[in-house]
Amino acid sequence: MNEQSKPKKPAKRKLNPKRLEQNRREFLRTSALAVGMIGFSLVGLLPVVQGKTLALRPPGALKTPSDESDFLAACIKCGQCVQVCPVNAIKLAELDKGAGIGVPYIDARAQACDFSCDGLQCVLACPTGALTHDLDYPADSRMGFARLAEPRKCLAIQGKGFKGQARGPDYQGILRYDDVDRWNPIPVADYPYDLELCDLCVRQCPIEIRITQCAAEAAAGERNQDRVAQRQGNECPPKHAIALEPIVSDDGIRRMKPVIQEGCVGCGVCEMICPPEPPAIVIDILQDADHIGGVS
Amino acid sequence: MESFRQLFGSEPRRPDKSEISPEAQAIHLFKKQNPFDAIAFEVHRQAHAKDAKKWRNRRWVTLLVINLLFLVSYYFDIQLLEGALTASRFMGFHMADLNSALQVTLAFKHMVLNLVIGTATIFVLWLLLGGRTFCSWVCPYHLLSEWAEKLHLYLADKGLVKDRSFNRKVRSLFYLIFALLALLSGYTVFETISVTGIVSRALIYGPGMAMIWVGLVLLFEVFYSRRAWCRYVCPIGITYGVVGALSPLRVKFVLKDCHHEGDCRKACLVPHVLDMTVKGKAVHTEVDVSADCTRCGMCVDVCPTNSLRFEIKGLGKHL
Repeated sequence: MNEQSKPKKPAKRKLNPKRLEQNRREFLRTSALAVGMIGFSLVGLLPVVQGKTLALRPPGALKTPSDESDFLAACIKCGQCVQVCPVNAIKLAELDKGAGIGVPYIDARAQACDFSCDGLQCVLACPTGALTHDLDYPADSRMGFARLAEPRKCLAIQGKGFKGQARGPDYQGILRYDDVDRWNPIPVADYPYDLELCDLCVRQCPIEIRITQCAAEAAAGERNQDRVAQRQGNECPPKHAIALEPIVSDDGIRRMKPVIQEGCVGCGVCEMICPPEPPAIVIDILQDADHIGGVS
Repeated sequence: MESFRQLFGSEPRRPDKSEISPEAQAIHLFKKQNPFDAIAFEVHRQAHAKDAKKWRNRRWVTLLVINLLFLVSYYFDIQLLEGALTASRFMGFHMADLNSALQVTLAFKHMVLNLVIGTATIFVLWLLLGGRTFCSWVCPYHLLSEWAEKLHLYLADKGLVKDRSFNRKVRSLFYLIFALLALLSGYTVFETISVTGIVSRALIYGPGMAMIWVGLVLLFEVFYSRRAWCRYVCPIGITYGVVGALSPLRVKFVLKDCHHEGDCRKACLVPHVLDMTVKGKAVHTEVDVSADCTRCGMCVDVCPTNSLRFEIKGLGKHL
């Protein structure tokens, strides 16, 4: 502890060897801590760079089918979208998604977004614009695009009807059925069907349901249409999303094929309601109505 | 200035004699001539014992109420406090954690109005309430870390573990690196490892794998380095520390009755801010505790002579 009298700088002490050794160790420890923490946080970037975080996102997510970096950058990971969703479709991603941790996604097969809220509550709740406010109506969403992934599983193509609960008695998912209660979604398991030819993907498509309603409203009185649409925050979709088209077959069995059309927003209700396992129809997150390319 | 130096990791400076006010010098001189009075100290300490957990209890209740409010609000769908600590709405009014908002803004390079409103609200709130007050009165990780610290101190007392210090400047380095990473990579890199965000979300939306990381950090604090995350890593502390530097709410040190026994520094998360309680170091008869202080009140609780107390500057009244 000798004072070294250099007038320039504030008195610097010459440290004894023990203290020097302690300082050296602290420096090494600190360096290790810095490298460790930064390293671990950077490992979190791997899944996003590899595209392993790509998932079905809530409506309005700032993304193109192949690039969701803006969405991941803007999301503050608060889960307000999770809290407002009336069908609890939105979940937050886990640590295995690295930098995508805490970011909302939708597992459509388990519970799809059926636009029960009409007004895109998740978009309104988002504090950072990661779900963009540029979106006004469900029909403007671009979450993905439905794809007939397993045509051979499709009951309509097989010419089969469907009777019973779409996903079995134990299925937890809920849907809004307008004929039951417009504002309270009920379990799919509580709503058995009896269909001569399965048309569940078309029948439950929120876009198609809305188009049918609009047509009914138009028939009831053209002048009310705009007012009704505004009040419900649910403008009439300009384009159809899905339709059943007849297949010409020699065996005399009536067969139909679901054909996805330009108005599909990729909400996932068709994937959710499709009875076979795995589902015949799924949402392709690498496509949307504005970016259709490759397989369809 | 000294306050900022300490916040960014420099060690406290020993004040030059010329900087010490004559009044303070007189007290220092008096104390030098009158050695430590063990009996008076014991009397003070025992008289104070009933208050020894006053601020801690108030703080724990506040912390738990705020965090449980998120949970209750979501669970019963009463829309009182929606979201998580990173961003939320209190009865519909936007609030955003300053550090998360900063990370998002650096990564996204764009700020929507709701985020501006939320950030400004929280900025003003903590400007009034003391900046790092967030850390000890709101952050749920702080509470876990306090319990880990108790365990660490117990084990250290038995000689089973040892506290290893790091250079505190590394926290400023982390701050810079995480800011740069957000800016350059376009991802909020820090949020991946932010134990505050992880614990807050786990509490509201249910725990997941990310809690393993929190567990590892806690184990590190128990067995290797006391309160390591808050002391050496967390950039949130620096963000709020800067806000708190200007805050009127702070802990104040009153030199006169202090025994300089140092119990406050032993309890403190950031003992460098209490350097003025070392004998002969106080430059005035009353000194404000600097920006890095989390206003947790542990020193206020432990001080037998009420030489450390909460103060709101400008109101002139002690709490």
